[in-house]
Amino acid sequence: MAEFGAQFLEWSIDIAYVAIMMSFALTVFRLLRGPTLADRVVSLDMMALLGIVFIGVFSLSTGVYAYLDVAIALALIGFLATVAFARYIYRGALAERRGSDVPDEGDDS
Amino acid sequence: MIDFISGIFILLGAAFALIAGIGLFRLPDVYLRMHAATKAGTLGAGLVLLALALDAQQLQVAARAIAGILFLLFTAPIAAHLLGRAGYLSGSPLWTKTRFDELSEKYDADGRRLNGTPPEELRRGSAHRGDKDGASE
Repeated sequence: MAEFGAQFLEWSIDIAYVAIMMSFALTVFRLLRGPTLADRVVSLDMMALLGIVFIGVFSLSTGVYAYLDVAIALALIGFLATVAFARYIYRGALAERRGSDVPDEGDDS
Repeated sequence: MIDFISGIFILLGAAFALIAGIGLFRLPDVYLRMHAATKAGTLGAGLVLLALALDAQQLQVAARAIAGILFLLFTAPIAAHLLGRAGYLSGSPLWTKTRFDELSEKYDADGRRLNGTPPEELRRGSAHRGDKDGASE
């Protein structure tokens, strides 16, 4: 049973690497293709998540648990980057609206 | 036995990561793609970290892994909300088969505030969503 468990764990680690690779390829496709900036930011966010998944699997397969700290830091950086990009898109949208919508609709603030 | 359980968790997590990637690839607009990436992606990362916590069998590693899961669960909705709002205001197109856009016409001209139903009317319950068409005025 223990033999089989260890063997199963190795297989599932290999399968997980393949799945992460395929997911990464699809994400990169969306990053290159994505019609709007928001699509690309969603894809970048997903890449940070996939990095966390990869580090988790890698840390499990090598037994070097120090990589877990890298995963947590990557989660933090991914979150901050997404928030910063969202603010950037939001600011851009506000500026665009101020430029185009104010002339025909009175500013009532 | 622990090997077996954490292997299953790894497989599940990788499957969710793959599903999130497929969703990102196939779904038709930003909001649906965000739905795939945020929910399935977070679940995949959480399951893999859980497998790591089970497999390590050390308290400090498990504590860090669970802290990572909690961090992901707390931050993913915030990031997705901000990004969805920014994408909506910047005019990312909805899918052509979208039936309802409940936010349309509800942002005021400079996009800072929602000017839907005023709060006192909501409290009175006169213009509740349960009405047939919502907008009675």
